[in-house]
Amino acid sequence: SSWWSHVEMGPPDPILGVTEAFKRDTNSKKMNLGVGAYRDDNGKPYVLNCVRKAEAMIASKKMDKEYLPIAGLADFTRASAELALGENSEAFKSGRYVTVQGISGTGSLRIGANFLQRFFKASRDVYLPKPSWGNHTPIFRDAGLQLQAYRYYDPKTCSLDFTGAMEDISKIPEKSIILLHACAHNPTGVDPRQEQWKEMASVVKKRNLLVYFDMAYQGFASGDINRDAWAVRHFIEQGINIVLSQSYAKNMGLYGERAGAFTVICSDAEEAKRVESQLKILIRPMYSNPPLNGARIASLILNTPELRKEWLVEVKGMADRIIGMRSQLVSNLKKEGSSHNWQHITDQIGMFCFTGLKPEQVERLTKEFSIYMTKDGRISVAGVASGNVGYLAHAIHQVTK
Amino acid sequence: MASSIFAAVPRAPPVAVFKLTADFREDGDARKVNLGVGAYRTDEGQPWVLPVVRKVERLIADDSGLNHEYLPILGLPDFRAHASRIALGDDSAAIAESRVGGVQSLGGTGALRIGAEFLRRWYNGNNNTTTPVYVSTPTWENHNSVFLDAGFKDIRSYHYWDAAKRGLDLPGLLDDMEKAPEFSIFILHACAHNPTGTDPTPDQWKQIAAVMKRRSLFPFFDSAYQGFASGSLDKDAWAVRYFVSEGFELFCAQSFSKNFGLYNERVGNLTVVGKDADNVQRVLSQMEKIVRTTWSNPPSQGARIVATTLGSPQLFAEWKDNVKTMADRVLLMRSELRSRLESLGTPGTWNHITDQIGMFSFTGLNPKQVEYMIKEKHIYLMASGRINMCGLTTKNLDYVAKSIHEAVTKIQ
Repeated sequence: SSWWSHVEMGPPDPILGVTEAFKRDTNSKKMNLGVGAYRDDNGKPYVLNCVRKAEAMIASKKMDKEYLPIAGLADFTRASAELALGENSEAFKSGRYVTVQGISGTGSLRIGANFLQRFFKASRDVYLPKPSWGNHTPIFRDAGLQLQAYRYYDPKTCSLDFTGAMEDISKIPEKSIILLHACAHNPTGVDPRQEQWKEMASVVKKRNLLVYFDMAYQGFASGDINRDAWAVRHFIEQGINIVLSQSYAKNMGLYGERAGAFTVICSDAEEAKRVESQLKILIRPMYSNPPLNGARIASLILNTPELRKEWLVEVKGMADRIIGMRSQLVSNLKKEGSSHNWQHITDQIGMFCFTGLKPEQVERLTKEFSIYMTKDGRISVAGVASGNVGYLAHAIHQVTK
Repeated sequence: MASSIFAAVPRAPPVAVFKLTADFREDGDARKVNLGVGAYRTDEGQPWVLPVVRKVERLIADDSGLNHEYLPILGLPDFRAHASRIALGDDSAAIAESRVGGVQSLGGTGALRIGAEFLRRWYNGNNNTTTPVYVSTPTWENHNSVFLDAGFKDIRSYHYWDAAKRGLDLPGLLDDMEKAPEFSIFILHACAHNPTGTDPTPDQWKQIAAVMKRRSLFPFFDSAYQGFASGSLDKDAWAVRYFVSEGFELFCAQSFSKNFGLYNERVGNLTVVGKDADNVQRVLSQMEKIVRTTWSNPPSQGARIVATTLGSPQLFAEWKDNVKTMADRVLLMRSELRSRLESLGTPGTWNHITDQIGMFSFTGLNPKQVEYMIKEKHIYLMASGRINMCGLTTKNLDYVAKSIHEAVTKIQ
């Protein structure tokens, strides 16, 4: 008999299931709108030119493969902090922060979650927006924390339930942990406006909450890295010492190279050193030290002026294509004669869009039109191209008229 | 402003082996030698990127069809299959019977951690944090932390190193296994034991396996040096393969850091051997859940290099040759060091230097002697007396041998 007889089959991943079904479909018009990775206007993965250039530079240097320090590549972590905080940030210039390299967004979130579990004794509760990225819940749970929620998305308007969010956040017990999506909320695409962020910062400060920002789309949301980091920077300027997870999967297209970072804003540089030492103690028994390849590419791009300039143009290019597809989808829906209000499609931002479609409508889209998305009506706008946006609009109109 | 929530966070002590290297770097003495951290060095004392790796990196860079898309959660399929095949053998019945699975992980550490997390959740009941986990005395110091952080509450040690006879304490080891509670987990070093360099012989492994089978103990192999120890992949995998042939279900955490020299790419694989395909499939489905909240999916670069190499007969042959080059240099340094110490008439016996295998040697130097080596001779080694043979070169052999001689004769 086996040790594993009682091990249950894990439930299938819902998003993976979408892709599997898509692959099996033989309809030439099929569309995969579940994919959480950027696609160009031909529906192909896009390797950024600045990435190719950085890779060529790295290859020519014939460097060794020695272990990185536990906290990662120093040039990368410093540049990552500067990218998030801004070069003029007091917190950055004073050195009252620690940034460690993490395994893209997930790994960085997990390091942070484990750190809070071990050292943030005031609370075990993490408040997530409703809804949030599906993986947030198991990450914090596996780290030993408990999950709570605050209202966020209003399905009636397909936009932010600001009143509900503020009501809930005002009631969060002091010193709890609150997770905020810095920009391009996943899965809804609904972001607060700057005035709304200001109010949230004020309430959060009053409630003395520990703020955990997840920034996976800096540059990718609006096309402007400073604009996308505005909330993060505002909170810090208000004296809120946040913790932050960053990913370079989308904004540099480095998905499988796992480039990311986790940052703690501290009282001073001395505290930052103590916090860093404890982060290393957490990382070592997880995977010892991080992978170099992605971090080195990202570091070279951020730290080489010509490459950085090129990157800013390319990330804006990706953001602009997405924004363009959003407006084309809306105009095509109007052309189809749809009487519904589709403004939320252009109001929302980033890779994902909560269409407002109901499960039955999603099912029809899949069965009748071979258009694949998750049951909650979320589409990845990255999967939309000028060649198929008309087809998508037509299909959506058919199931909603 | 309110006082910081992190005001009470204490400064953690640095990880010893990295502190050693940091101290070495700061040392301005021209004679300095680093016998600390476990990475291969050439006879010029330089890191060595395997020629086959450079070649394959070139192939990958020139392949315009490749991109940076996410790997599946469990990793690159070709990599996982090749990696498990390397551990279990081309003729593995278990692989033929589809009862082997792999989880691509971040180095050997990552493989150990995923395996530990799985065992804590699913082994010996559900979420049984009290299952004892046994590590050898001594062992790689990170083993303890990996299993503790995975949630196990009861980490114990089993006898292993006999300091008096400078060899394996087999009676002590077997006795610990007899007395261990049923279903305890035992971390076994597949070859080139770290830090002692002392491995059981095949006959001793057979005795170990017999006790483990009778007592229903779970074997969790740590295989970080396959090929690197003896120069032969098959020889270094003998113990793991023997256990599989004896019908054990087991885990084997594989690292390709040393044998591929891919340290910073974090290439590892957790090989899972189960009773049948159905069990392995369910195990892998749960491994996915664990991976998803730890790193989501593993890094691509290193796995591609290994998979490409292992998947091509020509590149595979080149790789084995590169591995043998490293293993042979280490063997040479062992015999050269031993012969020098014997020529010098250094007190004690020194055959353990050549009896031991792999990157490390437990010299037998005590902490005071180690301190002398570091402070007076600028030769950096671990407080345990562990040296990395790769730090020796034809240029520094004489100096190191003389220094050991001094330490042993001057300090007791």
